[in-house]
Amino acid sequence: MYLSRRAKLLLASLTFGTLGFIYVPLLVVALNSFNPSRTFSWPPQSLSTVWWGRLTESNGVLPAIATSIKVGLGATAIALVLGTCIAFAVSRYSFYGKNTLSLLVIFPIALPGIITGIALNTTFHTFLDPLNKELALWTVVVGHATFCIVVVYNNVLARLRRMGQSLEEASQDLGANIFQTFRFVTFPLVRSALVAGGLLAFALSFDEIVVTTFTAGPGTETLPQWIFNNLFRPNQAPIVNVVATLLIVLFIFPVWLSQRFSQDGSAGGRL
Amino acid sequence: MRNNRVNTWLYRHKGARAALLLALPVLWLAVAYLGSLAVMLISSFWSVDSFTGNIVHSFAFSNFHTLISQRVYSTIAIRSIGVAIAVTVIDGLLAIPIALFISKVLKPRFRSVVIALVLVPLWASYLVKTYAWRSMFADGGVISWILKPFGLHGPGFGLPATTITLAYLWLPYMILPIYAGMDRLPNTLLEASSDLGASARRTFTSIILPIIYPAIIAGSIFTFSLSLGDYIVVKIVGGTTQLVANVIADNVGTAGNLPFAAAMALLPIGTILGYLFIVRRSGALENF
Amino acid sequence: MRTKKIVIASFAALGLAIASATAGVAASLPNVPMQKSLGKGEGTLNIIVWAGYAENGSNDKTVDWVNPFTKATGCKVNAKTAGTSDEMVSLMKTGGYDGVSASGDATLRLIYGGQVAPVNTALVPNYKTISSFLKGQQWNSVNGQMYGIPHGWGANVLAYNAAKVKKPTSWSAVFAANSPYKGQITAYDSPIYIADAAMYLMATQPKLKITNPYSLDKTQLAAAVTLLKVQKKNIGEYWSDYTKSVQSFESSNTLLGSSWQVIANTINGDKKVTVATTVPKEGATGWSDTWMISSKAQHPNCMYQWMNWITSPTVNAQVAEYFGEAPSQTLACSHTVDKSFCTTYHATDAAYAKKIWYWTTPTTNCLDGRGNICTDYAAWTQAWTSIKG
Repeated sequence: MYLSRRAKLLLASLTFGTLGFIYVPLLVVALNSFNPSRTFSWPPQSLSTVWWGRLTESNGVLPAIATSIKVGLGATAIALVLGTCIAFAVSRYSFYGKNTLSLLVIFPIALPGIITGIALNTTFHTFLDPLNKELALWTVVVGHATFCIVVVYNNVLARLRRMGQSLEEASQDLGANIFQTFRFVTFPLVRSALVAGGLLAFALSFDEIVVTTFTAGPGTETLPQWIFNNLFRPNQAPIVNVVATLLIVLFIFPVWLSQRFSQDGSAGGRL
Repeated sequence: MRNNRVNTWLYRHKGARAALLLALPVLWLAVAYLGSLAVMLISSFWSVDSFTGNIVHSFAFSNFHTLISQRVYSTIAIRSIGVAIAVTVIDGLLAIPIALFISKVLKPRFRSVVIALVLVPLWASYLVKTYAWRSMFADGGVISWILKPFGLHGPGFGLPATTITLAYLWLPYMILPIYAGMDRLPNTLLEASSDLGASARRTFTSIILPIIYPAIIAGSIFTFSLSLGDYIVVKIVGGTTQLVANVIADNVGTAGNLPFAAAMALLPIGTILGYLFIVRRSGALENF
Repeated sequence: MRTKKIVIASFAALGLAIASATAGVAASLPNVPMQKSLGKGEGTLNIIVWAGYAENGSNDKTVDWVNPFTKATGCKVNAKTAGTSDEMVSLMKTGGYDGVSASGDATLRLIYGGQVAPVNTALVPNYKTISSFLKGQQWNSVNGQMYGIPHGWGANVLAYNAAKVKKPTSWSAVFAANSPYKGQITAYDSPIYIADAAMYLMATQPKLKITNPYSLDKTQLAAAVTLLKVQKKNIGEYWSDYTKSVQSFESSNTLLGSSWQVIANTINGDKKVTVATTVPKEGATGWSDTWMISSKAQHPNCMYQWMNWITSPTVNAQVAEYFGEAPSQTLACSHTVDKSFCTTYHATDAAYAKKIWYWTTPTTNCLDGRGNICTDYAAWTQAWTSIKG
């Protein structure tokens, strides 16, 4: 026993207190999804499933979720490639500007989203306007990928540092070429780090609204934008509570699964 | 056999391998992203023609003059940095115990459950959660309902509400890095400390804190910068107050005054860059 | 720089926006021919709309006037929702659209930019019965020639909690320093709200010589800012979105302040508190939207049919009720679900409409002909920052 009983009890109560802090507002969301008021004003006068019913009639939410998934998958895919590349370069090679690069990769997430958003918006318009093209879905993907890179990078870098190079060297000594070594040795070792990083990148993208606002074309509507628009549109604002409640319920299991999956004695994913 | 030739060549040329790995990321981050930032920042020296709404490309310091000469902007800047620091401190205080508990007290098979419980709120939309906090802080809302038996009032909408809501939203971004940093803290070290007679407090300040310090810094980068960049939460629970991101958003909005917004953006950029450089010197980013 | 959706999303979502920006810029009128006769529909229609103006049932199954249009005319509708007037103008410039539901500021820019064509009102039978006070106005016509078909309009009314506040007759209820409702007053969170203060000063401080609340010189703007700084001490919270405003009234965080009729209706529908609205003696600010046809329209016949469809009594009633604004079509009033709808919104009340100053983008060129001495929207935005402090 390396922590006293008292210390454990203290930590346990603090943990439960914090989990309470995390879940009370989510309970409010869940309760509000049964609040018949058109603006879910608190406290609910009565309980009703009217908004759950309305969700099934509203087919605007499904395209929005589909858009968000497309954006999330696209951004995550790009982030996986670029983040892994940087992580390998930083951990395996020494090159000029390495420190700068490892700082640069943090920038897009460390700088406020509104700044990243405005900067990208200006650049997109500089290149698209002369072509008479508008912002579109791919511009959102580019914006999201930019700040998702760091998440993948952190996870892969941590894994590469811990596993060292001896296994790869052994593989090459035994005659495997670079591609075989990557495919049969390195990749299986970093796979769970990629899953953890990819999931977090997807989560970041899925709930992002500021960069999205500045990079989305007029016809593109992600789920957060759909929710935002619904809070402004008369008559059906409470549907957003239903959607959020559903998302929580839907994601508990995959998130837990991915946590179990990446539990290989290490942390369950790095931001 | 082409594959083999490529392989041999790559095997011999370490620099080429590094260059191949780096080409795309550097193009993306250093050229496209940094380039965009630079173009935006340079525009802070320009101005907007009020007739055409077009940007006038003539070098002037007028935007900076406005920012410095009008006291309201420094007031907003100080308030925003204060909120960001407060959010970071609150999140740090909440995250350390929970991360410690998960990694050092809980049995391994429960760890993934609690971590999942911490992560799941990330999937409930940020806007929906913020509106839930509106229900919490409203007159007759959850908080005043809880406090009523004690004869107390909730804080209502304003700066405290904004700080608490932001701390709530960014808490997972603090817990996760600290929890990840706990794997640098071997249990044997804690045992050794208690065997040598150190109190729980002593163990915490002399062993745990120094080891997880880089992880706290990593988390703080998220909470600090996310708070400094937010302008929606303050609109929803902030009552009458505003933060630096609101000024940026308002000016780049209908006003179309990108140059002024860019000048204002220098403040959060400068603050965060300064913070990054300080913590990097301390070696904390190595873990990031 | 394209403007941003969130900041002015309240304009955006409710399709309000800012009117007649370039009124003073006496550019020459481009010579765009007007369509003479109506042909067969082209099978497709591409339009740019404010959210809520072209509902096809995807948000609410019961709210659909797009599919019936397609059924009636064979024109398949592709509606692109725009967030701001600037976005509308830039989209129209691409030339890929047949028409747009433009607000006051966009309209003149589009007319003088040659992006829209004059409208042959004879080809829109429903035009005849549109409220006469919406025809031939400065934001939808030039020299008596209509450039669009009026769609709907509304006022930024003074809403108050009927149980706790005596009916105010003047905006002084929200501007007075010694208000008994300190901490429970609300105001619209946007630089454009400065016009509300200017309108109040127009009536109460004639010495300032304000003749148009959207044309303020430096002294006049400073006076409005001073007034709003005094008001800020009494504000509980500013509002910028519909949901927030309703919640604030219902929780009694707010007792009175600038609002929209549709917000008051929603609150009263919830039956928690009763909110009444009024246009005080000083008047009110408001919005007015117009359907315009592109000069490069590839489907002009479908666009003409759409303009007639959207202003037909039943559809105009449906849109107006869904959106929460006064219909432009006088005959719409007998088709609303809520029979008192037009009375509530003063739809055919010319005297009421006259009291409204429609949102207009302030520019350095004064709308009242004083020359280039006025403050522009960028200055208003900085002023708004200093008001909120």
